[in-house]
Amino acid sequence: MNKPSTPKIEIKDLHKSFGRNRVLQGINLTIMPGESVVIIGGSGSGKSVLLKCILGLIHPEQGSIKIDGVEITNLRGSELEEVRRKIGMLFQSAALFDSLNVWENIAFALIQGQGMARDEAQRTAIARLGDVGLRHEVAMLYPAELSGGMRKRVGLARAIASQPEIIFFDEPTTGLDPIMGSVIDNLIVKCVKELGATALSITHDMASAKRIASRIAMVFEGRIIWEGSTEEIDQTDNAYVQQFIHGRADGPIQMQIQDHFEGLPG
Amino acid sequence: MLSLLQALGRTFLNFLGATGRIALFTAVSLSHCVRPPFYSRLIGRQMLEVGYYSLPVVGLTAIFTGMVLALQSYTGFARFSAESAIPSVVVVSITRELGPVLGGLMVAGRIGAAMAAEIGTMRVTEQIDALTTLATNPFKYLIAPRLIAGLTMLPILALVAMSVGVFGGYLVSIYKLGFNPTTYIANTVDFVQFQDVLSGLVKAAVFGFIITLMGCYHGYHSRGGAQGVGAAAINAVVSASILIFCSNYFITEIFFSR
Ligand SMILES: Nc1ncnc2c1ncn2[C@@H]1O[C@H](COP(=O)(O)OP(=O)(O)OP(=O)(O)O)[C@@H](O)[C@H]1O
Ligand SMILES: [Mg+2]
Repeated sequence: MNKPSTPKIEIKDLHKSFGRNRVLQGINLTIMPGESVVIIGGSGSGKSVLLKCILGLIHPEQGSIKIDGVEITNLRGSELEEVRRKIGMLFQSAALFDSLNVWENIAFALIQGQGMARDEAQRTAIARLGDVGLRHEVAMLYPAELSGGMRKRVGLARAIASQPEIIFFDEPTTGLDPIMGSVIDNLIVKCVKELGATALSITHDMASAKRIASRIAMVFEGRIIWEGSTEEIDQTDNAYVQQFIHGRADGPIQMQIQDHFEGLPG
Repeated sequence: MLSLLQALGRTFLNFLGATGRIALFTAVSLSHCVRPPFYSRLIGRQMLEVGYYSLPVVGLTAIFTGMVLALQSYTGFARFSAESAIPSVVVVSITRELGPVLGGLMVAGRIGAAMAAEIGTMRVTEQIDALTTLATNPFKYLIAPRLIAGLTMLPILALVAMSVGVFGGYLVSIYKLGFNPTTYIANTVDFVQFQDVLSGLVKAAVFGFIITLMGCYHGYHSRGGAQGVGAAAINAVVSASILIFCSNYFITEIFFSR
């Protein structure tokens, strides 16, 4: 239906502040269908806020967000709901419903959104549980009974259960062991390749970023300061990117850290 | 002087702002109560929570209220040899006022705080955001079932409170004050009017709405972690209790002043 030339997500000059804290100061980002873009950037640089703006959970002050060519910043009610049906989201904190057990969490969009029968939804949910490397006994547990990494994976299963066209992953591999991290990275790649989904992920793990991304963008001080393919990121001479991917303490990015030893004798 | 005026003005504006927000919240919530889809499972669970599990609390409150009412009226009325008025005093006080109001206050403590804490926790742990992204409206999924449960269950609880309260008065009158059971029951039935019970039920429905609305409102707008959730629970109970007393006066005025 959409011509391939219509971007799946198109963000122009997006601004968002919380009081005096200017978080997004003019983000521009275009994502084509079937792409997998990874956003990197320092802690607190507004990556999660950007995702929440696209989902319409946070209202930006200025700028435009288009999904499939439709401007969403001024949509309300059922129109916005229609757009959200296309999107799956893994929250940084997983945000599982703690009154529902694991399979009911995963099947939530299937039961509520698509009206699937409960036993069929349960089977689908257990299949998704297998995809994220969890045993089917986990299905009956409640979120409070899971470890942090297990919660993350259940959140991931919930995000992909309804096979959305667009999937957001907020730090999908944080808190997982390296092996499980790779499994999840492969799963994300599979979602993009096999389901034809468009993925936008946030991660701090450069190895994982390289595995899942077809393109990487770096956020700094509320703007995208660098964008390029996975191969280009190692070659770039952008000092910010260099400092970030190599995790050097000194460079153009200055962390606001108080020196507690300053002024001590000796 | 000026700063005092400023502070007064600011308080007044805050009050107006809060009233506006609550009115808007109420309008949106009500519109979701009457529009499909309805989550019957969730409505059922909330009805159980609000109605069934409140029965012991409301029942105990009512029986002791009825008992003490009979005892107190006796010590007062005996001085004027007006003991025969006790059945009517008990039944009118219980049906018009004490059943719905005390029941409402107990439920406010129980349910208002629980709802504010539950929804507040969902807010601060991003569960409400998650609900929204799964294309489910939180008003429809979380708030409408609770309001419907409050509106329907409180009148039933009030009916229970009325019966149990009158029974409490009966027990004390018969076994402690030496009334004749048949006369007591006859007096009670003769004196109570349909309007007394009806006003009590209407009050209960309004209180049920107020309690659940305040629980949901404060929970939905809570922020800032565990402390914010605690504050939401306190605000829900306090504002619901005050609104119960206010609305109680106005409903009484509508029913009985002429
Ligand atoms: N609801 C909110 N109210 C006020 N400020 C907020 C809110 N959400 C985020 N912020 C602020 O926005 C900034 C960016 O937050 P965000 O969560 O997007 O960071 P992030 O880039 O995802 O960081 P991390 O990598 O640590 O998750 C922070 O300074 C934070 O204080
Ligand atoms: Mg984040």
